[in-house]
Amino acid sequence: MKYFYYPGCSLRGMGKAYEESWLKVCQKIGLQLEEVKDWNCCGSTTYLGFDEIKSLVLVSRNLAMLEKEGGSEVITPCIACYYLFNRTNHNLRDYPQLKTETNKMLQEVGLTYSGNVKVRHPLDILVNDGWMEKISQNIEKRLERFKAVCYYGCQLLRPYCEFDNPSNPKNMDILVGLTGVDVLDYPLKTKCCGAIITSNIPEKGLELVYVLLKEAKKRNADFIVVTCPLCQFNLEFQQEKIMKIYEEDIGLPILYYTQVLGLAMGLSLKELGIRRCLTLTPEFERALI
Amino acid sequence: MAQELTTKSVLYERQLDANFANLIQSMPGGENLRRCIQCGTCSATCPFSHVMDYTPRKIIYLIREGFKEEVMSSFTPWLCASCFSCRVRCPKEIKITDLMYLIKREAIKDNHYPQKAPIVLLTKESVKMIHKNGRISESYLMGIVLLKVSFLKLLRMSGLGLKMLLTGRFTLIPEKIKSRGELKKILAFSNKKVEENSK
Amino acid sequence: MKTNNKEIRIGFYICHCGTNIAGVVDVDKVREFIVKKDNVVVSRNYKYMCSDPGQELIQKDIQEHRLNRIVVASCSPLLHEKTFRNTLEKAGLNPFYLQMVNVREHVAWVHSDNEKATEKAKALCNAAINRVRHNKPLEKKRVSFHQDVLIIGGGIAGIHSALTLASGGKKVYLVEKKPTIGGHMAMFDKTFPTLDCAACILTPKMSAIKENKNIILWTNSEVIKIEGYVGNFKVTIKRNPRYVREDLCIGCGQCVENCFYKEAKFPDEFNLGLSKRKPIYIPFPQAIPNSAIIDDKTCIHFKTGKCKQMCLSACERNAIDFNQKEELREIQVGAIIVATGFKTYDPIKEPEYGYGVYPNVYTSLEVERLINASGPTAGEVILRDGTKPKSIGIIHCIGSRSEKANKWCSRVCCMYSLKLAYLLKKHTHAEIYNFYIDMRTPGKMYEEFYDRLLTEGVHFIRGKVAEVTDISLVKEEEGKLILRVEDTLASVIRRIPVDMVVLSVGLEPSEDTQKLAHILNIGLSAEGFFQERHPKLAPVSTFSEGIFIAGCCQGPKDIPDTVAQAGASAAEAMAMIDAGYFEIEPITAYVLDEFCSGCKSCINICPYSAISYDESKKKVFVNETLCKGCGTCSATCPSGVMKQNLFEDEQILNEIEGLLVYE
Repeated sequence: MKYFYYPGCSLRGMGKAYEESWLKVCQKIGLQLEEVKDWNCCGSTTYLGFDEIKSLVLVSRNLAMLEKEGGSEVITPCIACYYLFNRTNHNLRDYPQLKTETNKMLQEVGLTYSGNVKVRHPLDILVNDGWMEKISQNIEKRLERFKAVCYYGCQLLRPYCEFDNPSNPKNMDILVGLTGVDVLDYPLKTKCCGAIITSNIPEKGLELVYVLLKEAKKRNADFIVVTCPLCQFNLEFQQEKIMKIYEEDIGLPILYYTQVLGLAMGLSLKELGIRRCLTLTPEFERALI
Repeated sequence: MAQELTTKSVLYERQLDANFANLIQSMPGGENLRRCIQCGTCSATCPFSHVMDYTPRKIIYLIREGFKEEVMSSFTPWLCASCFSCRVRCPKEIKITDLMYLIKREAIKDNHYPQKAPIVLLTKESVKMIHKNGRISESYLMGIVLLKVSFLKLLRMSGLGLKMLLTGRFTLIPEKIKSRGELKKILAFSNKKVEENSK
Repeated sequence: MKTNNKEIRIGFYICHCGTNIAGVVDVDKVREFIVKKDNVVVSRNYKYMCSDPGQELIQKDIQEHRLNRIVVASCSPLLHEKTFRNTLEKAGLNPFYLQMVNVREHVAWVHSDNEKATEKAKALCNAAINRVRHNKPLEKKRVSFHQDVLIIGGGIAGIHSALTLASGGKKVYLVEKKPTIGGHMAMFDKTFPTLDCAACILTPKMSAIKENKNIILWTNSEVIKIEGYVGNFKVTIKRNPRYVREDLCIGCGQCVENCFYKEAKFPDEFNLGLSKRKPIYIPFPQAIPNSAIIDDKTCIHFKTGKCKQMCLSACERNAIDFNQKEELREIQVGAIIVATGFKTYDPIKEPEYGYGVYPNVYTSLEVERLINASGPTAGEVILRDGTKPKSIGIIHCIGSRSEKANKWCSRVCCMYSLKLAYLLKKHTHAEIYNFYIDMRTPGKMYEEFYDRLLTEGVHFIRGKVAEVTDISLVKEEEGKLILRVEDTLASVIRRIPVDMVVLSVGLEPSEDTQKLAHILNIGLSAEGFFQERHPKLAPVSTFSEGIFIAGCCQGPKDIPDTVAQAGASAAEAMAMIDAGYFEIEPITAYVLDEFCSGCKSCINICPYSAISYDESKKKVFVNETLCKGCGTCSATCPSGVMKQNLFEDEQILNEIEGLLVYE
């Protein structure tokens, strides 16, 4: 089955490693993707602070285009895009006047959006669409010597998640568990890391990141697995500063679940963009090989 | 000269905006505004409420009573991390995060926001970039925002910038879509609509 | 218009109802319009027809003008149909010669165009005139009333009802699902606002139940089927086996001591799992009946058949009987009182509060047992991890006032939270924090109780805690449970470390409510509690005649209100019984026997199971006491031989004609 695929700006920028590893894993298990042609930025949550209708239009253009190509489902690995796309669908459904206005604007370029494209996330597809067996079959190198915690963050689970339990999600734990990694209990897995704020007002968000890192380190995790490029960046870029302020050694590599899956499938560090992680230590790199 | 010990005084009804609550409530996302019982669960679960000048609960109260000035000049909507914890925990199902976005939009429309705040600059710059190129190049965006905030800050972050460059996460050439004209057309149309509506 | 052989003489009255009707409908015009119609002898308008002078007007006219049909155009029949029917009766006329027209709720109160409203009123009145010509005299039926009463539920409501009825000389069956009566009140330590010991005030009543000759107490029993109708209910009750003979057992406890299990192993239900019991046990020291009971799910004899049965040999009175079987008993009663109580909200549904995650998070009911002298820790507050708390947080409104849990306010939680704050402070001298949204203290002496608590030095923080966590940020928080809350009155976010968390859980309908509603055929309100007939004027009766509800099964309430409702339902039941009979409305269906083909289409369609098939005659017949006159059967009957009193085809068709052509 072929899925339409919307990468989003982050996956081409800071989250490059996410796209690299995601595409390689899909290739390995035979998940066919078709990228939405000439997709535009969804606006993310920053655009929402500017104009509601334009934000809906930005997202709807992409959905209208893929609907035109016969698509009915789209995969959005970036969870800000996941939130925006779902929000668009919900708002167009719940507020008919917004739907009319949006389509009026899309009409200017001959597009129209029905509101019916289903928005899926890889954690939904890989676990619920029957890809688990294929993944297990492709695992060549079990990562049993590693311990990790899975961190889900906010916008995947709230407010529109239907494929997993928002208070106690499991999909990422299941996937990472397939590779043999010892997935530890992590009570903070749905707590906000403050990414949007920390990137702009770093001082305020430090404490949140510190607590997340500390708790993971306390449980003896070797790395943290994430699903969001913003979380990935936020959790790693201030680790040195945090360690200096709090005088604790809580540095940890932050990897994407697709990178972990890829490692277990025997893909190389370069293919998976492992070295793009800012907090990779030489010992950790050695252990991965 | 007698020194002013305090600048506080009585608040009269004419100083409040009686229509503010109705305005916010009529917009998509503001529906359940009046059902708030002021329990404070939203503030208690919000990861940044302890640094906000008015907590989310207080913002809802202030909107309801018409304290327009206080709400618009509050830093709170700009500190919202969009984590949706408040919305998910609210016993009255008030879409609090959406309310924050509503306020942000009204503030930008009214030209009523903290001018040099990085998060506001980020909003404006990302809008400009999307309108121009159709996509955002994160490293460029960060650079422009930091530049506008303070040159010193940009310098301080140069270490990080270098690391990003070395790990290949720094976009050297900004991403652009092919149908930039198409996008401009749609957005220009909606600009027309906004002008028509505001007349 | 052809009239039948008896001369029809109609009296028409249109009410002003002050300005309610007359302000919109031109009542004079309607009166003038109607007086011209065939058979109308008298046509009047009057300010208040329902008043005494108004009714006397009708009576006088009936006598003076020999009227035999009356049409009253006024408010909804729901309000005054009975009034006017009585008026006719007093004047010697069959009450079913009355027809009412609703020109208030259906005309004056819903239209603003006076002219059009008046036309509509004219049409409706004409329709009524047309119809009433064809009304037939009907007789109200009386059914006799059985003198006994069934009370379902042995908590304080059921107990009080039973004692009231028994003291009035009525025989009462008190059926309770658990092995003992007492309900939730028996589990409380002290009651607000007097801080009376709950067991001390309850157990005298429980003993009185045992001593009373008029009360038949069946515990460990459930109601499984109810048939019949008001005054004549036939109830089937299942008595589950105790394996101990209640008439012989004196509750000495020797059997429990000698049980094969030297140590108690199974969660004790009365102490909510905070302590353990053996398979043979006495629920609590003051249980009534004060007799042991064997749990066949955990007793070795029932699981393997290979127990030495030391309990049997230890019992000096030979009260243990492993051969007891489930019994079905059938009883006949005239009225039923439902007093099945409530259950508490289970906070496991909200994992953010840590119930079931952290050992030192308790529900309020568990704390009642903890501080009670006959509880799992003999009244000392020792937590699950063995420690004694130095700081306690009590969180109000768990499971209440929320779209995500229950929408309603559970009414008693603020008061019991204050009570627990007081008791916990006395027992532990800990720092106590009450986290509330509103402080609800409406009852007698309740606000004064709050005032007293304020002087005790308890922290009152207005703000609902969002989560209970053990992840600490500062040194003082280590090893404690931290509550993050917005102190809305001080406008600041606080993190409060405590040793123990008490969740003030709300009240919900008890588990069996749905099942019972089905068995009894009574309704449930939107929240799931039993539906009362009217929230203000009939709080203890239901829409099923003869079935009453009392206590928390009708809605969350405190003990004074529960007892009041229990007394009220006993009184209303007694009123029905002492009247000796019950009048049923004669708007029942009837079958034209000769033409019934026995197709049985009507039987399954009847929502009240009022129609039965006579095998010998091969025809159906209607049980008039069960029939509620809904009309479904007469609409269904393919041959049109199922008719309904007061809603005959002739009457309805003429009414429709009178509506369509009214000038």
